Amino acid sequence: MDIFLQQVINGLTLGSVYAIVALGYTMVYGIIQLINFAHGEVVMIGAMVAFTVITVLAGGGMPPLVVVLIGTACAVPVCVLVGYSMERLAYRPLRRAPRLAPLITAIGVSIILQHLAMLVWSRNVLAFPQIIRTEIYELAGAAITNVQIAILAICMLMMLGLALLVYRTRLGTAMRATAQNPQVAGLMGVDINRVIAATFVIGAALGAVAGVMVGTYYGVAQYTMGSLLGLKAFSAAVLGGIGNIPGAMVGGLLLGVVEALGAGYIGDFTDLCKVAGVSDWLTERCAADPHFILFGSNYQDVFAFVVLILVLVLRPSGLLGERVGERA
Amino acid sequence: MIAAGSRGIIAPRFRETRMKNTNLALTLIAFATAAALAGCGKEEAKPVAKAPEAKKEAPPAPTPSLEIKLGHVAPLTGQIAHLGKDNENGAQLAIDEANGAQIKIGGKTAKFVLLKEDDQADAKQGTTVAQKLVDAKVVGVVGHLNSGTSIPASPIYNQAGIPVISGSATNPKLTEQGFKQQFRVVARDDQQGPAIASYLAGEKNPKLVAVIDDATAYGEGIANEVEKTLKAAKIKVLPREKGTDKTTDWKAVLTKLKGRNPDAIFYGGMDATGGPLVKQGRELGIKAVFSFGDGACTDKMTELAGQAAEGMLCSQAGIPPQAASKRFLDSYKKKFNVDPILYAPFTYDAANLIIEAMKQANSADPAKYLPVLQKISFAGSTGKIEFDDKGDRKNAEITIFTMKGGKIDPIAVVKGGKTSSYAEFLKSMGGG
Repeated sequence: MDIFLQQVINGLTLGSVYAIVALGYTMVYGIIQLINFAHGEVVMIGAMVAFTVITVLAGGGMPPLVVVLIGTACAVPVCVLVGYSMERLAYRPLRRAPRLAPLITAIGVSIILQHLAMLVWSRNVLAFPQIIRTEIYELAGAAITNVQIAILAICMLMMLGLALLVYRTRLGTAMRATAQNPQVAGLMGVDINRVIAATFVIGAALGAVAGVMVGTYYGVAQYTMGSLLGLKAFSAAVLGGIGNIPGAMVGGLLLGVVEALGAGYIGDFTDLCKVAGVSDWLTERCAADPHFILFGSNYQDVFAFVVLILVLVLRPSGLLGERVGERA
Repeated sequence: MIAAGSRGIIAPRFRETRMKNTNLALTLIAFATAAALAGCGKEEAKPVAKAPEAKKEAPPAPTPSLEIKLGHVAPLTGQIAHLGKDNENGAQLAIDEANGAQIKIGGKTAKFVLLKEDDQADAKQGTTVAQKLVDAKVVGVVGHLNSGTSIPASPIYNQAGIPVISGSATNPKLTEQGFKQQFRVVARDDQQGPAIASYLAGEKNPKLVAVIDDATAYGEGIANEVEKTLKAAKIKVLPREKGTDKTTDWKAVLTKLKGRNPDAIFYGGMDATGGPLVKQGRELGIKAVFSFGDGACTDKMTELAGQAAEGMLCSQAGIPPQAASKRFLDSYKKKFNVDPILYAPFTYDAANLIIEAMKQANSADPAKYLPVLQKISFAGSTGKIEFDDKGDRKNAEITIFTMKGGKIDPIAVVKGGKTSSYAEFLKSMGGG
């Protein structure tokens, strides 16, 4: 049971990061129906900027928490700038173009950002300075670290903050209005361009924080780290119902847990030696080696995409999405 | 540290190769220039290489002298240029000593000349300089440094019948091609798995071991060897767990392993993924001994995993340069004013092997001295050297390291299945 609990804790930590990144996808999609494939790269740039800042400050004798906070404080504006210019330069000119054009542009932007990062930070795997002392706490037989607790707490706070922003402020109202019908919102006096830019900026800021968290949690950053993370977060957004903000949160957490449990238990469930009686060959094989595992833990990354396919086949609108069907 | 070179064919080299691709235009220009130069050289029927320089060095000797050209190839530019220079120094030292000794070959005083080439750790450049050396009519080659350049260059030397001894290319494939004139004096990657596994089995007495790999040819290969050796020693091994060469989240796998409570964990993969692995393992409260192959046998493990990396075990092909014979270390230091960094003792031995074989065969003709080289038994700076049928060194050494105070520290040497502590090994080298 403690192993199961441990896997759930692992999954929730990972899932909360997915959720934060998924919000970036879902907010942009909700407003302009664009799948911003470059969002994963924004997360990567957040991690890279934080890496540079933390490395520079690490030896300075400042408290670790302050160093990480400064790192985040530098990563957020850089990502916000990237997010804003991305929208201004690459997507706004194409807003009236056929749907496919901005999608391909998004892939292009993603490649450009990745390679820019490669030029700036090299191809090497960068090691985040290990400045935060990891404290381990016991929780009903499972271990949870202070970093995990911090990640969970920060993610929950950010989600709460975003929910407040969207449902309780004027900007949030304008965003929801634009999402429902941009033309009408424009006629009602909403500055659509500003609202869309604001959406990109908020998504990028969340992405920056996610990048810093991923970097400090795993201790590594590389210019390619954004692609897989981005794709998984995108799957999480689809799982929750793309365009739906609470959906992205639920989808992210769920996907993290599915992945952790999947990777943890798939080997046990696909161990053919459990059904060794079925054929003589299998019995023989299992006598020599008590395990014959069909799918091992290396299929961890596959779960996100199996989930993505299942959702698209069985419930294209996602868990919480409603009106996506006709707009996607 | 050794890993930079010995990983040769694996990830880092590919990265550099790709970088070269982005500089395609530049490379093409360089290529064209080199080709043009080579063309000129042929027309003049004179090797362009570094022959003019070599001629200046040759003084008019009273006894007839015989100029013997040897080649040395290593990256002299780029990220591991310092290792290339180190290798080159090792070979140069052997050549200078041989010239000082006035060796007589075929009745003439031998005058050895080392043609030093730069392959930029790039596969394409490796074949280009190999052809250049063949055209310059060298009779033996020490190099290349990387497996990734040695392997593509080897058919070129093979066709020309020129013996090649690498002091640092550890990829098994190099000597698996059936080339009779291809040798290496350093251990092969696939000798590492058995070495670290037998060290684990002998020193740590684990009852249950978990083996993880990163699903690459290198990681899976070394993990298989480890598993085989452990099973042969009657130690239980858990079903293989796998990640990828980009996996940074190992928590799911490690949590599963924690439930089985293994005494030791072996990971076949690189430091970039191994660092997070050991870090997360300790975070989950796993007390097992973590062990790795040379891909994760670097000081970078501490950068990546911090305190969690302390006490881990790992292996590297060959021996640390400090363990080479004192005579070599002293003369290297005297000549170059620095200490050898990595593989210099091996390239020193490689060059000496060629010279010794020529001496014994009394000829600098590859066809004549190659049979001698195949059967040679030579006391080098890295111990006794003999070759097997493939051209690999018999009983090559693998060094076991542990992480101590943020640096990898040699603790034992495994040679021919026997483990001796590093101190004992040093003593035996000093005595021999």
